[in-house]
Amino acid sequence: MKVGIPKEMFPGERRVAATPATVARMRKLGLEVLVQAGAGAGADYADAAYLETGAEIVPDAEALWAQADLVLKVRPPDVPVADGRLEADRLKEGGAFLGFLWPGQNKPLVERLAARKATAFAMDAVPRITRAQKMDALSAMANLVGYRAVIEASSHLGRMFGGQMTAAGRFPPANVLIVGAGVAGLAAIAAAKGLGASVKAFDTRAAVREQIESLGATFLELDVKETGEGEGGYAKEMSEAFLAAEQALIAQHAKSADVVITTALIPGRPAPALLTSGAVLSMAPGSVIVDLAAEQGGNCPLTERDKVVEKFGVKILGFTDLPSRMARQASDLYAMTVYNLLEDLLKEGKLAVNLEDEVHRGAIVLQEGKLLWPPPSKPKPPSAAPQPARKKAELTAHAAPPPPSKIGPVLGVLAAGLLAAAGLVAGSEFVEHLTVFLLACVVGWHVIWNVAPALHTPLMSVTNAISGIILVGGILLMRAGGVGAVTVLAAVAILIATINVAGGFLVTQRMLRMFRR
Amino acid sequence: MIGSIASVQRLAYLAAAMLFIFSLRGLSTQETARRGNASGILGMVLAVAVTAFALRGSMAGAAGASGADAWGLLAGGIAAGAAIGAVLASRVAMTSMPELVAILHSFVGAAAVLVGLANYLEASAEASSAVHAVEIVVGVFIGAVTFAGSVVAFGKLRGTLGSKPLLLPGRHLFNAILMLGCVVLGGMFLSVPSPGALWALLGITALACVLGAHLVLAIGGGDMPVVVSMLNSYSGWAAAAAGFMLSNDLLIVTGALVGSSGAILSIIMCRAMNRSIWNVIFGGFGAAPASSAGGKVTPAGPVQEASAQQVADMLAAARSVIVVPGYGMAVAQAQHPVKELTTLLQKRGTKVRYAIHPVAGRLPGHMNVLLAEADVSYELVKEMDEINEDFGDTDVTIVIGANDIVNPSALTDASSPIYGMPVLEVWKSAKVVMMKRSMNAGYAGVDNPLSYRDNTVMLFGDAKATVTKLVAALQAATSEAA
Repeated sequence: MKVGIPKEMFPGERRVAATPATVARMRKLGLEVLVQAGAGAGADYADAAYLETGAEIVPDAEALWAQADLVLKVRPPDVPVADGRLEADRLKEGGAFLGFLWPGQNKPLVERLAARKATAFAMDAVPRITRAQKMDALSAMANLVGYRAVIEASSHLGRMFGGQMTAAGRFPPANVLIVGAGVAGLAAIAAAKGLGASVKAFDTRAAVREQIESLGATFLELDVKETGEGEGGYAKEMSEAFLAAEQALIAQHAKSADVVITTALIPGRPAPALLTSGAVLSMAPGSVIVDLAAEQGGNCPLTERDKVVEKFGVKILGFTDLPSRMARQASDLYAMTVYNLLEDLLKEGKLAVNLEDEVHRGAIVLQEGKLLWPPPSKPKPPSAAPQPARKKAELTAHAAPPPPSKIGPVLGVLAAGLLAAAGLVAGSEFVEHLTVFLLACVVGWHVIWNVAPALHTPLMSVTNAISGIILVGGILLMRAGGVGAVTVLAAVAILIATINVAGGFLVTQRMLRMFRR
Repeated sequence: MIGSIASVQRLAYLAAAMLFIFSLRGLSTQETARRGNASGILGMVLAVAVTAFALRGSMAGAAGASGADAWGLLAGGIAAGAAIGAVLASRVAMTSMPELVAILHSFVGAAAVLVGLANYLEASAEASSAVHAVEIVVGVFIGAVTFAGSVVAFGKLRGTLGSKPLLLPGRHLFNAILMLGCVVLGGMFLSVPSPGALWALLGITALACVLGAHLVLAIGGGDMPVVVSMLNSYSGWAAAAAGFMLSNDLLIVTGALVGSSGAILSIIMCRAMNRSIWNVIFGGFGAAPASSAGGKVTPAGPVQEASAQQVADMLAAARSVIVVPGYGMAVAQAQHPVKELTTLLQKRGTKVRYAIHPVAGRLPGHMNVLLAEADVSYELVKEMDEINEDFGDTDVTIVIGANDIVNPSALTDASSPIYGMPVLEVWKSAKVVMMKRSMNAGYAGVDNPLSYRDNTVMLFGDAKATVTKLVAALQAATSEAA
């Protein structure tokens, strides 16, 4: 089988779908590899390097497409060539295509490929499951994009990211706000933290809170009960009220941010407008916005695709070519994910698509011209459901009773045994008291858990005063009347219990009066 | 009519119990704490008043003169007790709070014993059920343990008894024998007739007292916060047991509330020390190291000593300072000069915070109370978890009379008896000033490698005098600059 690697034609695209390293591997799988002359130039891979690993260099694109049984690409093949044709139309009848395709947005392109009786795989449709991680081109690219976004922001920002104390004065770290903590957002957090910035991040999906915090950024929490957890770990679209709340929260934090990096994308939909013009207006002059959603319309309405614009003194970067700005590494990573998918799809040097295989079924768009996309939807991944539940528990009870310890069951058995024994031996009156007693224990247990450590001493002296309730016991014993031994004992008990009550309450009051804000 | 009085009384008890719950709930945050205390007082007044009037109502029917005598005793007891309590509460110095709390616990224990005895004497006239007898035994037992334990704790906190743990050989066996003795006597109490039974009950009281005293004696000074809150818990259980004896739900509810809340406080503190609660209850902690220690640890290296002037210069140059107070500050009563020092630093534009370890001092929250007394805003006072990350960004950390709670070997040295206890990571700050009286070890008897670190300087002397010197030196520096 002949595999063709054309040169990317999209303006500004510098990546290539195969590197000399992956070509060598493909050769080992028994494939013939054709590389268009200059295909790797943008990523600093010379034709000679491909030649060395056993590829054949084909001088022009037309010839390459005509010969190749399978074409590997980065961008969708939608660049016009001559006479109203697109790249896709060059594919030979019954040929195969593998690359980013975005079948949801590129229906006409898919139709054109179908007309060629093509088999097509979309790198962007590889399901996000553990086994397919090494084929996850989106994450690989997003990781680079997040990093690069910070670097681009830094080069447009008139200050350092880190704070310093110098002889000439002291300056605090730059404030960076990251909206959307997917792979790109997390990479941006890590990069900005690495440069010394103080980073806050927002995401609608509660599950990423931990990831954000693990990178040392502050998670901005939205006080609305709705989770943004969509299928496959991506975000889903939210209600209007939720969007408004998001916008308000982001605007509030954008005000004090030196850099805002927005990465919010919803698969197959225009990017949500999270950073309003009003929020941009409130930002300090000289601050920088990097809108990584520019290709899908932008998270900020003022963003202009592929441009740096200045609005209200704020620079807005709408670059969509960030991976190409790191073309060498981007190509290495992309080529590797492509190779991994290809290897998975091949059997004895031929494409062998198994529609029962979750990865194959997800990635395939066309099979010999027949549309197979979108794949039948799968149930939600298990990770999506339990996460928000756990977070809810964290929220409502951050200092709540801890997970049951090993003494829990022992006490439980003990209590059950006690109750059973009591029920057998004692009368109903005792059981009634025991019920009251155990319920009160539970109440006491729950009431105390949230106490502030600073108040431990006052709490103790109040409980101490309250335990002077034994005074009531003393009084009850007085009912015998007369001045016998019982009465005297009871009177002494009353005396010392009262000391306790009065002393405890008064000393608590004294202490509490001292506490001040 | 009688029925309706009883109903009113029960309703009042219900209200009182609710007020107690609100009281505990209120005490969990600063904003609601005073209201919490007020509702506790209200609940108590309600409970006592209702009980007393119900008593009066029932006695009115009884023989007039003797009823009046009892009523007089009751009123007299309450009046005298309230007066004594008020005087104690208003006179006590904030540094002796732990002692006061301990001795008050002993009162509850003693009252529980007396109530138990009186209840027996009252009930012995009638035929009494086995269940009731067991209730009396349990009540008296818990009361006596609480009483004796609290008295010993009081002595230890005052310093009349040594703070070192008394570790008898076979002490667990000894405890077990005492327990067994109580059970045997309890059996006798149930089976033998009147005079013998009374002696059995008194015997139980005596054995329980020995047990309580021994339990607390076996616990080292460093564990006192946990012990005090355990005793607090016991006093609650004692009240609950009295409630069972007297068939009084209010006593049961209130006792259970106090008992479980005390237990939780103890657990919270044990967790802060990374220790098992059982360990503390039975006094098993640090047996080997603590018995060999107590200030006899030989210093493992040279320390850098600094003068007050040098430390003042250091503070003058610092942009952020964290103060870590420990028991030493309480002993030296240095909280007021410390407050002065930090106010001065704040005026100079230095960021000042206080870091409180959960078991600093001899009472849970002890340091917070002392700082509050010195008028330190509670917003400057941070818990360990809040501030541990900030030491890295801090120029100077001042450790005043604290030792084990800032000991790095708790994190690094697996052989250390305090290994695993979370500590304040003061050594991460640029400079650490350790104020101590001497090179003696802390209560756990463990040497503190913090003293030998390159970024640590020692400032020896009485905390109060030293801090006062610091304030003077810093004031001089400030006025020079101005």
